[in-house]
Amino acid sequence: MTSSETTQESKPERTLVTPGDLIAEGEYKILTPNTVIKKGDNCYALVVGLATIDDESKTVKLVPLQGFYYPSPEDLVIGIIRSIGITSWEVGIRAPSPAILYATDYFGRPVNPARENLSEYLDVGDVIIAKIQVFDRTRDPLLTTRGRGLGKVTKGAVLEISPVKVPRVIGKKGSMQSVLEGETGCKIIVGRNGRLVINCPSKDLEEIVVLAIRKIEAEAHTTGLTDRIKEFIIAEKVRRGLIGGR
Amino acid sequence: MGGKGEKPKLIMEDGRRHDGRAFDELRKIKMQVGVLKNANGSAYVEFGKTRVVAAVYGPREPTLRHVVSPYRAVLRCRYHMAPFSTDDRKSPAPSRREIELSKVIRESLEPVVMTELYPRTSIDIFMEVISADGGTRTTSVTAASLALADAGIPMKDLVAAVAVGKIDGVLVLDIDQVEDNWGEADMPVAAALTLNEITLLQLNGTLTQEEFKKGLELALKGIKEIYKMQKETLKSKYLQVED
Repeated sequence: MTSSETTQESKPERTLVTPGDLIAEGEYKILTPNTVIKKGDNCYALVVGLATIDDESKTVKLVPLQGFYYPSPEDLVIGIIRSIGITSWEVGIRAPSPAILYATDYFGRPVNPARENLSEYLDVGDVIIAKIQVFDRTRDPLLTTRGRGLGKVTKGAVLEISPVKVPRVIGKKGSMQSVLEGETGCKIIVGRNGRLVINCPSKDLEEIVVLAIRKIEAEAHTTGLTDRIKEFIIAEKVRRGLIGGR
Repeated sequence: MGGKGEKPKLIMEDGRRHDGRAFDELRKIKMQVGVLKNANGSAYVEFGKTRVVAAVYGPREPTLRHVVSPYRAVLRCRYHMAPFSTDDRKSPAPSRREIELSKVIRESLEPVVMTELYPRTSIDIFMEVISADGGTRTTSVTAASLALADAGIPMKDLVAAVAVGKIDGVLVLDIDQVEDNWGEADMPVAAALTLNEITLLQLNGTLTQEEFKKGLELALKGIKEIYKMQKETLKSKYLQVED
């Protein structure tokens, strides 16, 4: 959900729709092609979700309430090593098929399998932050760790949420994520596949962030969430004696 | 057609059926989604004493590599009757009838599921009949369609199904086991109403052309009610959370 709570009054209304529901009639642009289908001039829902019709910009958007992760190139994902091959790793990214990470990509140099054992670098169960380099119907997703902030995760906690709730955790222009990080001092990396890596200064703050994210997940379809999360974090901090009462 | 013992009276003097329903009346229907924690989507549907649980898993990596298609997801259906679902114990092994019904149910759902969005994957639907009293295939289609929507799998429309039968020369909606056993015809119909498509049409017994037309009309009338209920069930899951 990318709605801004501050401009709540002026934003178009969201309606709960089910597959086959007529969302809009006329010349509308579909912003979410995987959840809305156009037939003639009519737009129909493909999933259970919240539809937003913007009559000003003539756009239709349908955010699903239930779903799974399907990879797309350029997605930032958090993967867990499933198995080790001779020159590559198989990585679980909560997608229909496992992703492949080549050792040459991870090291940035050629690899000699006779001399190097990949398990010494990334073992089964290790967590990595990667980007999907290529994915199409002919192959399994191919990962890359070449880039800023990508690679092995050495500290922090991994949290799993429903992949359809990821946009809500990030918020409009990152608003929700900055509230979470700003209020707790934690660093959160959000993977598109519904996995999060959280690095917090203390155990208490980590617990608060986890509770806040669980709250976002449960209330993703409601409005005014960013403000409520902010209040929730402050209340939790007061309750745990991390800050004085207001 | 035909059952054990003597044929019971199917149409009463007042024109009502053996269970007190009018000729165009559905049985008491109950629907619920999200009943199974481990499935991606699930549903429970009850039509009178017929009860079905459906579970959807996927899109996921197909266990059978030879069924993979690079163009679309494969839809796999398993219709199964629990050994305790019938009066006499049913062998748990898949029977010829169950294998055939799995196929017709799959074909009734294929036109609505957007399988082309997820190539090289499989979407698995399991339907378990836990209590059988006629109309198990139609109840299974209705439940499977709900479970697919609950799993968040893109679908052009929901599919609802009901059977029309002919008992003592009268066309009746949503026949139960007794009416099925002793009736002259049984016609299960499944349809996607917004798409305006009939996705399953079978006929066991004999109907005249006129009866067939009337029967189909009756079935579509029932489907309309079931379809509405399906939509309400899916919405109620989230409205409850909002409260």
